[in-house]
Amino acid sequence: MIRASNLTRTFKTKAGPVEAVRGLSLEVAEGELVAFLGPNGAGKSTSVRMLTSLLPPTSGQAMIGGHDVARNPVAVRQLIGYVGQGTGSGPYHRVRDELITQGRAYRMSYPDARKRADELLAILELEPQADRDCATLSGGQKRRLDVALGLMHTPRILFLDEPSTGLDPHSRANLWEHIIRLRRQTGMTIFLTTHYLDEADNMAERVMIMDHGKMIADDMPEKLKADLAGDQIRLRFRSEREAGSAAEQARNLPAARDIAREGNHLTLTVNKGESLLPGFICELHNSGVETQSANIHRPTLDDVFLSLTGRSLRETAEPPA
Amino acid sequence: MAFIQDTLISFRREMTPTLRSWYYIVFGILQPLLYLGLFVPLLTSVPTGTEGNPLQWFVPGMIVMLVLFTTVSCGWALTEELMSGSFERFLATPMSRPAILVGRSLKELAPLLVQAVIIIAVVAPFGLVLHLLPMLLGLVLLLIFGIGVASLSYALAIASKHDGGLFYMVSHSVALPLMLLGGVLLPMDLAPDWLYTASRFNPLTYLVEAERSLFTGAVFTQSVLYGALMAGVVALVGLLVGTLTIRRAGL
Ligand SMILES: Nc1ncnc2c1ncn2[C@@H]1O[C@H](COP(=O)(O)OP(=O)(O)OP(=O)(O)O)[C@@H](O)[C@H]1O
Ligand SMILES: [Mg+2]
Repeated sequence: MIRASNLTRTFKTKAGPVEAVRGLSLEVAEGELVAFLGPNGAGKSTSVRMLTSLLPPTSGQAMIGGHDVARNPVAVRQLIGYVGQGTGSGPYHRVRDELITQGRAYRMSYPDARKRADELLAILELEPQADRDCATLSGGQKRRLDVALGLMHTPRILFLDEPSTGLDPHSRANLWEHIIRLRRQTGMTIFLTTHYLDEADNMAERVMIMDHGKMIADDMPEKLKADLAGDQIRLRFRSEREAGSAAEQARNLPAARDIAREGNHLTLTVNKGESLLPGFICELHNSGVETQSANIHRPTLDDVFLSLTGRSLRETAEPPA
Repeated sequence: MAFIQDTLISFRREMTPTLRSWYYIVFGILQPLLYLGLFVPLLTSVPTGTEGNPLQWFVPGMIVMLVLFTTVSCGWALTEELMSGSFERFLATPMSRPAILVGRSLKELAPLLVQAVIIIAVVAPFGLVLHLLPMLLGLVLLLIFGIGVASLSYALAIASKHDGGLFYMVSHSVALPLMLLGGVLLPMDLAPDWLYTASRFNPLTYLVEAERSLFTGAVFTQSVLYGALMAGVVALVGLLVGTLTIRRAGL
């Protein structure tokens, strides 16, 4: 459905060229839900804008639904819905009018557009605002309207650039519920960017991590966490000596790494910690080493990012040039 | 046809909020009436090169000026939507780009046409001879010319997206000399030779002359032919430049 090979984009600025995207290749199959994760300035929006025909790439090629984005942009635009990072609605226009205009832009008939607009106003809980100027909406309401605009024509491929930024927890949950249901009903392919790690983790089947214009990981979130971060186990023993001998035995565990003793504590990283741990404690017990406490830290996507880049997503603002 | 449909969609979107604040349009009519009231009496003492009432000569020039100034600066209205992302939203749809530009231009031009009609109606009792069909043709020419200028203005707004001052500077430093050299307010026949020659290189001159010819009811003249050609060329160039700028800029 979505394929990019070696996309690059360099912006010319007065201060010199900015390499926003540096060789992006990706493939997304029909019906997949993919999350694009990365710190500010990683190149997520630039990538999405190249995939949606809005920005000509400096080099490389993108195909959407079998159409070359550069050669046949109109066919691509017909297939996709796009919710940009900015505000899509016009300030002096009314909420319902904007939705209807959007439907008409996708060649829906007026009655169809009107019906669909009312549906979406109900689903995204914007009915009380329907006849107001968009400028008077709150930030979260504007964002929900943006998403509604992107859904008007029920596109086959939906691009969402930070759809849930600025939404309160209720609206976020509601938005996701709707997106997931829509996807089940229509088999829509969804490509979204987000800063919310939990969102990428829980909702996406696949996570792509971008940093400094390059994709540095692309897999199922579980697999990324297992491969790149793993479960961190922390055990406490009665003495340093016991912790030491536990460390010896830990070396025999499959895929055990980062084994470190610190006083009478032992920390190590493994995959599938939950199923490994009971057996390990039992094994220690049999050799006369008693475990006093055990604790597992399940990895998050942030740990994945940390292990890949040495930086935490939570802390990174604008990356150093 | 998709182009016409898209033009109507774009026009309708922009027109709806304008109609809601119709009082701006009413206000807009006052200004040209002021010109007429305070300027035309002066003209009686200046030879305009035509016989008869100076209104016949002045009104078309003033309507051209109205169209030029409004369309030259209408890109400004796009700036807000360029920055926010709502213009980008339309670029992601299959809508035709020239149609988006034409629709938006027409929104700027529609109130001007209403103003022009009202001006003509108001001054008719003061001696403006009405030639309805030729005058209507004159307004159509202005519409075509206006679409071109407005598109150029949109292109300028897109190109200077991050620098509002640049837009203002360029649009005004183009519009003012065009107007002064176009013989809009005073006849160029009175000008010294070098000024007259310069005015011959101004596309607006031909449009003004065509309008003046049409307002006296003369349709099949050389001025009208040149003016029509000029309006067509300006529209084509404007839409071409506008569309290319959108593509290049990759908003
Ligand atoms: N029009 C532009 N001109 C110059 N530089 C640009 C332009 N657009 C983006 N950039 C630069 O390209 C880089 C990538 O920007 P991009 O918007 O793709 O990041 P992002 O991953 O979407 O970030 P965020 O999470 O903040 O939205 C940044 O360094 C940015 O400053
Ligand atoms: Mg972004």
